[in-house]
Amino acid sequence: MSQSTEHIENTRTAIKPPNPRFKNWRLVYRKLKKNKSAMVGGFLILFLIIVAIIGPYFTPYQPDTQDMLNKLQPPSGDNWLGTDNFGRDIFSRIIHGTNLTLIVGFFSVLLGGAVGVLIGIFAGYYGGRTDSILMRLMDILLAFPSILLALAIVTVLGGSLQNVIIAVAISSVPVFARIVRGSTLSVKKLEYIDAMRALGASDARIIFKHIFPNITSPIIVQATLNIATAILSASGLSFLGLGAQPPTPEWGAMLSDGRNYLYNAPHVALFPGLAIVLVVLAFNMLGDGLRDAFDPKTKE
Amino acid sequence: MQKQKELLKVTDLKQYFPIKGGILGRTVNHVKAVDGVSFTVYEGETLSIVGESGCGKSTTGRAILRLDEPTSGEVEFDGKNLLAYNKREMNKNRKNMQIIFQDPYASINPRHTVRQILTEAMEIQNSVPKNERNDRVIELMETVGLGPHQADRLPHEFSGGQRQRIGIARALSVNPQLIIADEAVSALDVSIQAQVINLLKKLQREFKLTYLFISHDLGVVRHISDRIIVMYLGKIVEIADKKSLFDNTMHPYTTALLSAIPSTDMDKKKERIILKGDVPSPIDPPKGCRFHTRCPFATDLCRTETPELRKADGMLDGHMAACHYMEDIKSGKHQPTTV
Repeated sequence: MSQSTEHIENTRTAIKPPNPRFKNWRLVYRKLKKNKSAMVGGFLILFLIIVAIIGPYFTPYQPDTQDMLNKLQPPSGDNWLGTDNFGRDIFSRIIHGTNLTLIVGFFSVLLGGAVGVLIGIFAGYYGGRTDSILMRLMDILLAFPSILLALAIVTVLGGSLQNVIIAVAISSVPVFARIVRGSTLSVKKLEYIDAMRALGASDARIIFKHIFPNITSPIIVQATLNIATAILSASGLSFLGLGAQPPTPEWGAMLSDGRNYLYNAPHVALFPGLAIVLVVLAFNMLGDGLRDAFDPKTKE
Repeated sequence: MQKQKELLKVTDLKQYFPIKGGILGRTVNHVKAVDGVSFTVYEGETLSIVGESGCGKSTTGRAILRLDEPTSGEVEFDGKNLLAYNKREMNKNRKNMQIIFQDPYASINPRHTVRQILTEAMEIQNSVPKNERNDRVIELMETVGLGPHQADRLPHEFSGGQRQRIGIARALSVNPQLIIADEAVSALDVSIQAQVINLLKKLQREFKLTYLFISHDLGVVRHISDRIIVMYLGKIVEIADKKSLFDNTMHPYTTALLSAIPSTDMDKKKERIILKGDVPSPIDPPKGCRFHTRCPFATDLCRTETPELRKADGMLDGHMAACHYMEDIKSGKHQPTTV
């Protein structure tokens, strides 16, 4: 008798349901999987990350090896995507530039997102004067087109990839701050926040343990979409000569180089441009898909 | 009547919410949600506050706990003025009084398991030593009627009634003396309401709890309360022990409110008093008696002078109402002035 109950007890633990904490994420993933373009974008990003990490070891040429005899050659078996005005292999340069592009995208969003999220949470949680001051500052930043703002910042800081990251980060701060403030306001009103206050929880505990975990989905969506914008802005700055300095194989800079030969050798500008389009498109598709997947109103 | 210990004493509590307007965001007016409320809660009793929506009953509860800072007044808990505490002192003292909320879906963090919710409450107040917290979680869950095997589940795996039990367990985890139940059963099914009310009663006996029970449901209030406060538009209109309030109703508003309780008694034909109009805006409450705009007995005196809470002949100790004419209405001397 006792053995049989023990047996039942055992099977019960054996078929224990999966950790419910991931249930929400699993649901989001299920919805995301149904969205074709989001999955294409996601796999493209995954592919680009792999290329960025291992690609540089497998390129046929070094990105800065010049071959003046073979300059401005169209795509061929030797140079898959042709050569530029110094005879450098464009394919190798694009591969080497992938990690630069992704690093600029990720880090500027990470930096800008972190600052923006903090400002947004504090503004939303404390409200009143704190809110007014912080959000008016954000409005000032938001009043400038982000590329213009980044341009101004880079001009002040000086042109380098690092400064591009900082500039793009600053220009994405207000976007995060606004979204996070709104979400914070709606979560703050919920009764469990009052319950924590009634228990005597500190503001820091409420903000980081109770508000932040409940506003992650809009942040994730915004971050994904913002990476695309950040990459575009960074390429734009490099195109204008304010970002990566030659001979760095940055896509925006390559595009800028190719501009002079657009008539005779369009491939020099075409391929870096296509690469930028591809990355931006991938992040946008994934971001849009994530937004729909996180939206509880969209059905599976 | 035995002399009981005063646990919570509220004196002239006011809660005005500013209305900001204009370009400069200046305060243009105030919502006078609670306007001078005084009452005492004795240890071990259940005091209910009833009234229709917007009468300030929830605001009173929140102001006592300083979830919203009250505009003025005094809240004494166990002889100490809570409003004099700074934030840190207040947080320390919060373990003595807890709140149970209305909406069981909004009142617990959807991302924390029951164990996390209860442990965190103990951690904040340090009410239970670290190594005993796990045992205490199980004990609390059993106390409120949940199984220990449910400790690691998330809120969405529970029903509304079970969630409310989690909320109650969280309130109990810091061993409070006073629990404010803010519409604690209003969002539940009737059958579940009964279960939760019985649980609250059981807990009260077991832990010698004092309840401030805020509700609009007179049936529930009648079942659970020792004393009842009736509020209208930010003021107390009548305060009495349960029996006096139901059997010897003094204030016309209370009479109207009580006449709305559905009855199962077919023989007893009750007269329904249907009040005309809406509750006036608390931004600009009527002068004099706040009920005069809807009161069938209103006279010019009601429109100019605010009646104070007072005891009339034939009322038991502790029974007070705020009406100029309550004796005359009771004896039939004062007839309705409007048809």
